[in-house]
Amino acid sequence: MNDKILYGYTGIFDTPDEIINAAEKVSDAGYKKYDINTPYPVHGMDGAMKLPPSKLGYAALVFGLTGTFAALAIMYFMSVLDYPIVIGGKPFFAFPAFVPIMFEVTVLSASIATVVTMIAFFFKFPNISHPLHGTNYMKKVSSDKYGVCLQSEDEKFTEDGAKELLASLNAKDITPIYFPDEVHEKQTVFEPKFISLLLFVAIITSGGTYFALNKLMFMLPFNWMMYQEKTVPQESSTIFADGFGMRPPVEGTISRGNMPYQFKDQPELAAMLLKNPLVPDEQTLATGKEKYDIYCSPCHGYFGEGDSRLRGQYPNPPSLHSEKSRTSSDGSIYHVISAGQNIMPSYSTQLTRQERWATVLYVRALQRSFNAKESDLE
Amino acid sequence: MGVIDYTQEAPAIEGRPPLREIDDLISKPLESKPDKKYYIALAITTSMLGIGGIALAASLYWGTGLWGNNNPVGWGLPIVNFVFWVGIGHAGTLISAILFLLRQRWRNGIARFAEGMTIFAVMTAGLFPLIHVGRPWLAGYLLPYPNQHSLWVNFTSPLLWDVFAVTTYLTVSFIFWYVGLIPDFATLRDRTTNKIKKVIYSVTSLGWRNSNRHWQHYEMVYLILAGFATPLVLSVHTIVSFDFAISIMPGWHTTIFPPYFVAGAVFSGFAMVQNVLIFIRKIFNYEHIITMDTLDKMNKIMLLTGMMVGYAYAMEFFIAWYSGVQPEQFAFINRAFGPYAWAYWIMVSCNVLFPQLFWIKKVRRNIPIMFVVAVLINVGMWFERFVITVTSLSRDYLPSSWAYYTPTITDGAILLGSFGLFFTMLLLFTKTLPVVSIAEVKAVVDGSQPSHGHEASSEGGGK
Repeated sequence: MNDKILYGYTGIFDTPDEIINAAEKVSDAGYKKYDINTPYPVHGMDGAMKLPPSKLGYAALVFGLTGTFAALAIMYFMSVLDYPIVIGGKPFFAFPAFVPIMFEVTVLSASIATVVTMIAFFFKFPNISHPLHGTNYMKKVSSDKYGVCLQSEDEKFTEDGAKELLASLNAKDITPIYFPDEVHEKQTVFEPKFISLLLFVAIITSGGTYFALNKLMFMLPFNWMMYQEKTVPQESSTIFADGFGMRPPVEGTISRGNMPYQFKDQPELAAMLLKNPLVPDEQTLATGKEKYDIYCSPCHGYFGEGDSRLRGQYPNPPSLHSEKSRTSSDGSIYHVISAGQNIMPSYSTQLTRQERWATVLYVRALQRSFNAKESDLE
Repeated sequence: MGVIDYTQEAPAIEGRPPLREIDDLISKPLESKPDKKYYIALAITTSMLGIGGIALAASLYWGTGLWGNNNPVGWGLPIVNFVFWVGIGHAGTLISAILFLLRQRWRNGIARFAEGMTIFAVMTAGLFPLIHVGRPWLAGYLLPYPNQHSLWVNFTSPLLWDVFAVTTYLTVSFIFWYVGLIPDFATLRDRTTNKIKKVIYSVTSLGWRNSNRHWQHYEMVYLILAGFATPLVLSVHTIVSFDFAISIMPGWHTTIFPPYFVAGAVFSGFAMVQNVLIFIRKIFNYEHIITMDTLDKMNKIMLLTGMMVGYAYAMEFFIAWYSGVQPEQFAFINRAFGPYAWAYWIMVSCNVLFPQLFWIKKVRRNIPIMFVVAVLINVGMWFERFVITVTSLSRDYLPSSWAYYTPTITDGAILLGSFGLFFTMLLLFTKTLPVVSIAEVKAVVDGSQPSHGHEASSEGGGK
């Protein structure tokens, strides 16, 4: 038996009064590394063992405050800095609305962290291979007895001294506790069984995640939001005689903001009655130039000289600087843009009325620039 | 019954049983094979669960159109059931945390069981918001995680507060429960002769050694957790009530909602705990651990919270009249005399009238009567949530959109299934874990604490 390493000596007591007395005597005798094991917390034991107060409260305070400020910082980042959206007219930094979540995160982080701190750092748990585990001593103190364990690590510890002290306290079942025979030298982490378990878990987890996110979400019934029994624009349909899913507007429908041109086949009337409502200022001329360059210049050329960029695919239009063009009224040019002329089509769908008038002003400006008078230089 | 001497505190555990006997008694259900009655009970609850499961599967496959929810009542039975189950979950933490801080020693016998009920009730409750969104597999969007849309959740919404409150509550309740279980796992580990059980209990007890150097921190952490859980339990139903109170619906937009909801939650939670404990103490012979005094005290708490709820009902009417707001006044007259008057008067009679029987001591200590009253309380509390949710929505500001909400058979089956889920988990709990805390009960048995030179007094409590 002597080749075993001694952990300590244990003694058993029957009543709470005895164990309190024993704890006082052991700590008075100068022992530091000893323990009292009881099936439930016995009142006054902290004092009898002369233990300093538990410091877990500080851990709770630190973790709790960390949670509070982390929650506030995260909400501030998300709602104020990263993606501010006005909701219900509240300010981005709606502090009163943040309070509930700050509170919940405080409680959550403090509770989890304090318990983990206690278990992992104060208790050094999980530890299921302590020398005391599985002993008769442990079986008694986890049920209805109270025990003292003097550890051999203590400076004052001697086998005889420990036995004597326990006997003087009237302890029962004074027994030595030894460390277990086998000491695990081998690293169990690298055992093939454990590695294959890890692999198995990794494959199941990643495979399951892949399946759930990339396959399952596209199966029935999870995809019913995506595949609905409806016809979307540009699709064919068997419901309508023309086979189109889209319906043409009812005859006579006009788009919003676009009144139909009322002088369609009456150029003379248009030339006579229509007056340009715009004044040639910088903004209208800019609009006119923009629209002219887009819609007119491909055939008429950038300066209205009739130099088409279409390389003869269409006959070149006449120059806009001809006598006829220059002397025709604004309304007449407006009519040509709106209704078309010869092979020129109507531009009424591309240009709003305002834009057409602006274009007319720009054409006027071009004409004047090609036939400038002396007085224009002033 | 006899005369009770109120000058002397009644012992939390009757009869001064030897500590070994407590071990034997509490671990007996875990060490014996379940009997026929247990299987019959389990068959009933799993059938209920199955019916609910089928209804739920159908709802997920064909969509929430199977439910009665429709404009203007978008919050039908799913939200009613959610609030109901969260409420049931409030008694557990109240018993384990608030009564712990108040040093109520009688709580030790019922705390474990009530905590277990809390966890199961909150799990059951959590299902309802998830299925109410219609596509529960997309519920991950409720969490503020960096996603491909670069969008964050709305932190000013009470519905999001609810997500945080309920998940925090579930987590903290679970931690509280598990911390309490650690010493009991150690006791079971040292009792069992079964090898597999020994491994399981060794792992779950984390290697607990009943060391007083550990007990000291353990008690501190228990105190800290109780300190955190106390405001938490009050906050959870407060935030659930914000779901209603932050909106502008008449009948919802009132400041009395948070305390009113918390009182109601404690009320219904205690009724449910009392109901189940009556069976537990009888079946497992725990009559001296869960004593008649304990049930008596629980009935008193029900009487108190029932009166608070009754006060809230009356005050709502007063404030509606006093505010001078016409839609508010209409909402309350409509509640009491409108199309849902039947539900309103079930609620008032079950929650306010029947609990008045608890003024009588004989009723408080009569098991059949208190059982019936507690069942009625839970019926009443379910109808309270129904009345609040449905009456306000069905007749909102716009009379042209008024409609009468009727739950469908699918709604009913899901409600039945929620009871099935709750009781199935509860039944499994009674056979797998100690339903009474072994260590905590030992600590309050007379004579288990040192006398410190005084006459053998019974100073005790959780600490």
